Amino acid sequence: MSDTNSPIVSRELAAIAQLRIVPKRFYGRWVAAAAILAILAWLVAAFVQGDIAWPVVGQFFTAPAILAGLGNTLIMTVCAMALGVVLGVVFAIMYMSPNPVLRSVALFYIWFFRGTPLLLQLLIWFNLALVFPTIGIPGLFSWRTIDVIGPFMATLLGLGMNQGAYTAEVVRGGILSVDTGQTEAAKAIGMTRLTTLRRIVLPQAMRVIIPPVGNEVISMVKLTSVASVIQYAEILRNAQTIYYANARVIELLIVAAGWYLLVVTLLQIGQYFLERHFSKGRGDRRTQRAATTEEEPA
Amino acid sequence: MSAAQSQAGNDTAIVTVANVSKFFGPFQALKDVSLSIQPGVVQCIIGPSGSGKSTLLRCINQLEKIDKGAIRVDGELIGYRRVGDELHELTDVEIARQRLTTGMVFQRFNLFNHMTALQNIIEGPLTVLRQPRKQIVAEAMALLERVGLADKRDSYPSELSGGQQQRVAIARALAMKPKIMLFDEPTSALDPELVGEVLNVMRDLAASGMTMIVVTHELGFAREVANDVVFMARGEIIERGAPDVVLVAPAQTRTREFIAAVLK
Repeated sequence: MSDTNSPIVSRELAAIAQLRIVPKRFYGRWVAAAAILAILAWLVAAFVQGDIAWPVVGQFFTAPAILAGLGNTLIMTVCAMALGVVLGVVFAIMYMSPNPVLRSVALFYIWFFRGTPLLLQLLIWFNLALVFPTIGIPGLFSWRTIDVIGPFMATLLGLGMNQGAYTAEVVRGGILSVDTGQTEAAKAIGMTRLTTLRRIVLPQAMRVIIPPVGNEVISMVKLTSVASVIQYAEILRNAQTIYYANARVIELLIVAAGWYLLVVTLLQIGQYFLERHFSKGRGDRRTQRAATTEEEPA
Repeated sequence: MSAAQSQAGNDTAIVTVANVSKFFGPFQALKDVSLSIQPGVVQCIIGPSGSGKSTLLRCINQLEKIDKGAIRVDGELIGYRRVGDELHELTDVEIARQRLTTGMVFQRFNLFNHMTALQNIIEGPLTVLRQPRKQIVAEAMALLERVGLADKRDSYPSELSGGQQQRVAIARALAMKPKIMLFDEPTSALDPELVGEVLNVMRDLAASGMTMIVVTHELGFAREVANDVVFMARGEIIERGAPDVVLVAPAQTRTREFIAAVLK
C-alpha cells in the first residue's frame, strides 16, 4: 500500500517522463486537404478558362440596375422581417390565449402559412384580383385590387405572412421558456395578463427568441429572390432582365451571387456579435454572483 | 371543526374562507375548509407537504380558482360579483384589482430576473398603480433600507443570495401597500444559514401590525411570532389554536406526530 511512494516506482516514472514524445500523425487530413485543393483548382480553372467574360462581371457589379435591385432586396428583407416579427408575436400570444376563438385563428394561420409553399403563396397574393376585384369597406371606399397589390405589396404580404407563421412558433418557444413563477409574481402584484406579457414575459423571452430570428433574417435576404417570379425588381430579377438583353447569363448570376454572399457575410458577422453580446451578459452575471456570494457575511 | 364554522361567519374578519373545496383533476387538495382571520393577526399554517396549505394560500389571492365555497377578503367576495341569486365571474382586470389587497411572497422568490432589485420593487407601483416615478423610487429605497439591502439596489437577482432575493421579494410585495401579506414557505428554498435574515424581516413586519398568513415549516418562528396556528393534513384543518397549545401540547394525534417528525 505504502509502496506507491517508494523511490523505485518514482525513479522509473521519472525516467519515462524524460522520453521523447512523438505527436499523433493525421495522414487522413493531409490526403483530404490535398483532394479538396485539387478539386478547387479544377473548379477555378474551369471558371477561368470557360466562356466567362470576367471584365463584364466587374462592369456590372456596380451597375445602377444591379444596385437598385440590391436596394430593393434589402428594403424587402427589412419590411418582410418586420411584418413577420410583428405577426409572429401577435399570433404567438393569440395561440397561447385562453380565448378559444383567438387560439383557433392562430392555429389556422400557422397551419396554412407553414403548410403551403412560399412560391404558391406569392402567386396567390399576386393574383388576388382574380378573387377580389376590389378591396375596401363596402359603401365607404374601395380600390381596385390590381392597383393596391402590385409586386411590392404581394411580395411583402407573401414573405411577411409566411415568416410570421414561423416566427410565431419561435416566439411561443421563447414565452414557454420563461418560468411560470415569473407570471405568478406579476399576477400577485396586480398585473393583468397583457401587462404581464409586455413587461415581464416577453423581455425575458427575447434572449431565446433573438438568435433564431437573426438566423431567419439571413434566410430572408436569399428568400426575397423568389419574388423575381412575380416581377418584384430585386437583385436577381434585375440581373435576369439584363442578361435577357445581353445574353451574359453566367456573368450576371455571378454578380448577383457576389452581392448575396457579401450581404450575408456582413449579417453573419453582425449575428456573431449579437449572440456574443447575449451570452456575455449571462456569463458576466454568473461571475459577479460568485463574487457577491463570497464577500457576503455568513 | 365547529370552532372554524362559527368563526367563518365573523364580520370583523379580514379574510374569511367558507367551506372551500379545490380539486386538481381527481385529487382533492382542499376539503370543505373554513377559516377566518382577524386584522393584525399573524396566522401560521403548518402541515406535511401535500396537505393543501399552499393551495389554501394561493386560493386567497386567486392564483388558484376554488371549486366550491366562497372566500371574502377585506369585505369583498373574491372572483365573483353577486347579482341577485347568481354569482358572475369577474374579468381579468377586476381580479387583478382584487389582488392588490394581498401581497405574496413565494418559496422560490420569483424576482423578475431581467430587473435590478430597485426595478423589481418599483415595477408594481409604476405599471399597475401608475404613481409618479420620483415618489416611488424614494419609497422603494426606504423599503430596501428596511430589509437591509439599500446597497444592492442595482444588483440583478442572479447576483444576490437566496436570502437577499427573498428580502427584495418581500420589499416588492410591500411596495404595493397590501393589507394582508401571504407567505408561501418563504424560507424552504434557502440555505440554513440564510433563513434567519428572512425571518428577521418577517418578525419586524409582524411587529408593525401587518396581517400575515404564513405557510411555514419553521415551528420556532411560528411559536414566537404567530398569534394563531392551524395544522392541516390531507386538505383538511385538523387543529387550530394558540401556538403554545398546537405546537406544544396538541390535542390531535396527527398534529403530535407531525410536530415530533419535524423536530426530530
